[in-house]
Amino acid sequence: MSDATDTGPVLAADGTPLKRSLNRALRREKLRALMLIAPLLLFVLVTFIAPIADMLFRSVENNIVEDTLPRTVVALESWDRMTGEPPDEAVFAALAEDLVIAVETKTHTRLGSRLNYEMTGISSLFRKSGRSVKRWDLATDGPFREKFIELDEDWADVGMWAMIQIYSSRYTSGYFLNSVDLQLSPDGIAAREEDQRIYITLFKRTIFMSLTIMFSCVLLGYPIAWLLANLSAKASNMLLILVLLPFWTSLLVRTSAWKVLLQQQGVINDVLVWVGLVDDGNRLIMINNQFGTIVAMTHILLPFMILPLYSVMQTIPPTYLRAAKSLGATNWTAFWRVYFPQSVPGIGAGCILVFILSIGYYITPELVGGTKGVFISNRIAYHISSSLNWGLGAALGTILLAAVLLLYWAYDKIVGIDNVKLG
Amino acid sequence: MSALPPYATTPQRVWYYSFRVICGLIFFFLIAPIVVIIPLSFNAEDFFTFTPEMLAFDPEGYSLKHYQDFFSNSDWQNALYNSVRIAPLATLLSVSFGTLAAIGLSQDHVPFRRAIMAILISPMIVPLIISAAGMYFFYSRIGLQGTYIGVVLAHAALGIPFVIITVTATLVGFDRSLTRAAANMGANPVTTFFKVQMPLILPGVISGGLFAFITSFDEVVVVLFVGSSGQKTLPWQMFTGLREQISPTILAVATILVGISILLLATVELLRRRSERLRGMSPT
Repeated sequence: MSDATDTGPVLAADGTPLKRSLNRALRREKLRALMLIAPLLLFVLVTFIAPIADMLFRSVENNIVEDTLPRTVVALESWDRMTGEPPDEAVFAALAEDLVIAVETKTHTRLGSRLNYEMTGISSLFRKSGRSVKRWDLATDGPFREKFIELDEDWADVGMWAMIQIYSSRYTSGYFLNSVDLQLSPDGIAAREEDQRIYITLFKRTIFMSLTIMFSCVLLGYPIAWLLANLSAKASNMLLILVLLPFWTSLLVRTSAWKVLLQQQGVINDVLVWVGLVDDGNRLIMINNQFGTIVAMTHILLPFMILPLYSVMQTIPPTYLRAAKSLGATNWTAFWRVYFPQSVPGIGAGCILVFILSIGYYITPELVGGTKGVFISNRIAYHISSSLNWGLGAALGTILLAAVLLLYWAYDKIVGIDNVKLG
Repeated sequence: MSALPPYATTPQRVWYYSFRVICGLIFFFLIAPIVVIIPLSFNAEDFFTFTPEMLAFDPEGYSLKHYQDFFSNSDWQNALYNSVRIAPLATLLSVSFGTLAAIGLSQDHVPFRRAIMAILISPMIVPLIISAAGMYFFYSRIGLQGTYIGVVLAHAALGIPFVIITVTATLVGFDRSLTRAAANMGANPVTTFFKVQMPLILPGVISGGLFAFITSFDEVVVVLFVGSSGQKTLPWQMFTGLREQISPTILAVATILVGISILLLATVELLRRRSERLRGMSPT
């Protein structure tokens, strides 16, 4: 070798500097990995992430007022709602013009039901006015202010106009305020009427019931996981099947089983009557209430508590307990001071998992929860399929999603996503 | 739990046995609801509880009429047909995309690995009702709501995390020198993949596929929103049955589904053992 090559950069076989050559190889490797991931990533982005983004968008979107009444919205901008006077003729003329077009495309009823979420009565006002406005001639029939007020006194209502003005922007926080029992009113953010405040209660109930289910799962899961971790491998494998079988059984099968068991004419009541604990006349009501939901969901989610607990407990050496006892600890002290602290990570993982799963549950509460045992997700489903207040459903969903993602982040910190194990 | 030592005191003995009884009761709580529906599905009456004839083991009390109803009723048969039509295609989609991506993710240098992983796992974490709501909104925008393809795509998305998790878990123990050896002997990447890598990770791929299949086969929330009556699946039919006119046929269907889950559980368990054995063979 000559001296010249020793002082220059190290070269690869093809003469390029080794550093650049290695970088290129690394880049190629990265690119290849990304090429393998790209199809799936694209697939998930389109089929899953885009829908979630759409939901987030719908929770603030409020195009309907401006799209249906474009001229009115512009005319209304200059109106000061503080004067206490209904808007002037220009606004009413614009409204007449907008309504004639809206009636033709039949969008005025949709706008009516949208505004009705914020102020009852607007829906019928729009429907009623729509029928008359159809027959008006825009060129000759003015002035429209008197005509509208003559048609329905509500058109002179400042509060109603203020509502239209507030909700004329393209984006609104109205749905989110609604999900926490508040509303956007002419005087700023205010509480909803007493009989419309349901969501805070529902959120509280969802959290309370999820916590109850979580604690029941810890209470029932801990002894089982302990037993499984301390038995011989053969025996624990056999018993593990008893845990995995419910885990693998269809959710609806388990829910129907509970529906059958908990009914008033069901198996549990029959047994209780037969034993004599319960009088045939007043059988226990265990279904269509919170009790039914809690029992059925504890059963359904129990494997999710046992499996992480078991995998943590397997790593705790049994010699520690013996050592503690040989140093004079009682059984209880040895368990509480030595064993239990080491099993806490398992409890944490199981609890977060069960809690995440239970706050978003829909099927089981829907079937065994009646009216008192339902969760926030049942309300979301109701808004999407029955009341068609999609914006509110999306806002409730966004709040629930934020809560779940927060817990998920905590789970990742404690356990790590990569450590999620199945079966 | 080690056996009771001979020097155990009476309270220790009492605790030892009562702990076993408590555990027995919890196992009973886990298993009994599933077991109890099996005999009830053979009920000769349209009741959801044991009739005196059943308790006396009188053959009169048992019949197969709910099973007959399941196999002759067009609603149930349609639902079964739809389930069988949707689940395999959804599984195929999630397994083929998922396996490729899992191989990509298990490479040494993957940029944004954590973020990508979080996105791919998210369908498992996001509550089903939220996925269902979002898919309902978005799929109606692009005209997939109420179509067969829409339901298949939705179910495939839900199954992907399971495939990713099981296949990456298998790849963790995969000996990379095997692919290098194959390449060294002149195999191109495609041959290496099918002849060397695939047979070794196959157990993981299959169990991921089974998870994806059961996810789709059992799924009801998303199909309720994304599907229309033309895509009514078995769980959907059960859901309506449970909510509206509860008929004992549901118990017959439930029993059949329990049978299927036992079969799947056995398969996954066998595959897991095989995978462990294979991994034990490869030098690390």
